[in-house]
Amino acid sequence: MHNDNLNPTEDIIIYRDVHKWFGDFHVLRGVNITIKRGEVVVVCGPSGGGKSTFIRTINRLEEHQRGDIIVDGIELTNDLRNIHAIQREIGMVFQSFNLFPHLKVIDNVSLAPFWVRKWSKEEAARVAMELLERVGIPEQANKYPGQLSGGQQQRVAIARALAMQPKIMLFDEPTSALDPEMIKEVLDVMIELARSGMTMIVVTHEMGFAKEVANRIIFFSDGNIVEQNTTEEFFRNPREARTRLFLSQILTH
Amino acid sequence: MAVQPKILKPPPTEVGLLGWLKKNLFSTWYNVLLTIFSVIFIYFVSRAIITWVVRDARWEVVTTNFRVFMIGRYPREQAWRVLVSLGIIVFLAFLTWVSKGNPIPRWLVIGWLLSFPLIGILLRGFSEESSFLPLVSEDIWSGLLLTLVLAIVGIVASFPLGVLLALGRRSKLPAIKVLCTVYIETIRGVPLISVLFMSQLMLPLFLPPEIRLGTVMRALTGMTLFSAAYTAENVRGGLAAIPIGQYEAARAVGLNEALVMGLIVLPQALRAVIPAIVGQFISLFKDTTLVIIVGLLDLLGIAKSVTGQKEFIGLHKEVYAFAAAIFFICCFTMSYASRRLEQTLGVGER
Repeated sequence: MHNDNLNPTEDIIIYRDVHKWFGDFHVLRGVNITIKRGEVVVVCGPSGGGKSTFIRTINRLEEHQRGDIIVDGIELTNDLRNIHAIQREIGMVFQSFNLFPHLKVIDNVSLAPFWVRKWSKEEAARVAMELLERVGIPEQANKYPGQLSGGQQQRVAIARALAMQPKIMLFDEPTSALDPEMIKEVLDVMIELARSGMTMIVVTHEMGFAKEVANRIIFFSDGNIVEQNTTEEFFRNPREARTRLFLSQILTH
Repeated sequence: MAVQPKILKPPPTEVGLLGWLKKNLFSTWYNVLLTIFSVIFIYFVSRAIITWVVRDARWEVVTTNFRVFMIGRYPREQAWRVLVSLGIIVFLAFLTWVSKGNPIPRWLVIGWLLSFPLIGILLRGFSEESSFLPLVSEDIWSGLLLTLVLAIVGIVASFPLGVLLALGRRSKLPAIKVLCTVYIETIRGVPLISVLFMSQLMLPLFLPPEIRLGTVMRALTGMTLFSAAYTAENVRGGLAAIPIGQYEAARAVGLNEALVMGLIVLPQALRAVIPAIVGQFISLFKDTTLVIIVGLLDLLGIAKSVTGQKEFIGLHKEVYAFAAAIFFICCFTMSYASRRLEQTLGVGER
């Protein structure tokens, strides 16, 4: 119901039998998945199951060793041009924010548009200001990241990722490092983003967020997708024993 | 009914001058003893020093030879060129000081960059026949002038070289990595004196015969190569302190490897190692005195030769005290500038 303007059947991310090893450890064990344009996918599962590694292979922060990854029609190979082309199309938000501490908030956001998209300084700053307004902290533009609260920093990180006008946004446990009272302000920004039609892949245990905006939930364990379903079906009717165990652990308290 | 607790003043023995004295100097009986002994000690030492400086020392050895200390054998009638050079540097330093900019405005950076070749030409001149700027070969530069030229050129040239070596040592390409590592470890395993000797003897062998470097240039090359290896290790320490998340975030917004380094990693790494690098530059400044062993007369070399003058026999103390004071002023200035730089750049620390 969001993204009527886009062709909803177009596949933006395709994984075919993707494997990855860290040394001897088999992290991704033949992942197959297709994600459509405008879809909001929540990835959950026990820690060490490979879900972080999975989303970090989408923008080549981790290299896969077997299988095919195709993002927006470009295949991820060792060709640096392909890697940079894909990284420009994908925004990423990290658990620990990873803002650039030596740059002001506004420069954190306008850096990549200026240097990579080659926009003029004024244009990059104007867009950065608009994004800071969108995430609700325009008044912090001239501070340094270290002067902001965790929630504010994470919202700057979202603005920074959006500044490159990505087609896909990846979130790697965006609220796990936040104090409880700051989680909502970040989730609100993410919900607004999801409703605007952005393709999002979110590793999170915030099941409230999942219920509110996710089209699909993927349960990731032992290096592969154990179960995936629409959000409603996933909670109402989990098929796998591992999924039921995991849900009972995170939903009981 | 609840009684509001009164806000009391602290007892007078705890605050103010009296409190400070009590807390820091007379808190226990051994601190009282220590304070008394220290006061007596400081009194006698400073009285001896002041008496010598004011009454006994014969400073005419310094005042008479002042020009020699400053520029050594640089021709007297050309001394204005040194003064103009000094003026340019003081002027630029003053502008940098008052601009307080972060970053420093671009025109000032250009000014600094232009000042080096300008001063080089001004000091060295063109050729023997030139009436405006006759040649003053750098091999007769001496005194404080030579010390400053060696130190400043050494610092300015070794810094970028050191950064490149540090990056090379972390390179993914094995050839570059091995080359840089071998270079850094070799230089660090050898004393500066031997590097200076080697640069005097070996450099002409490596260079094509048309390029003939004078003693000063060869010493300068040796010092630069030496200092670069130490800078490289300091910078490497700074690079190692940058969390992996910074690289990941920079790549994730689409920066290529060069931009990741130039915009994100190096600015943070260099800022973190300012104290270490300035410390190393201070020691480079003092190490310039070693050029005396290849026959150059820096400030200390000049001092040594001044003590040999017939009319000032036996005035070693005055001469060396003066030289030491100049070294102290230069090194302290560097140290102070470094602290100011840290403060200016320190905003927004994690």
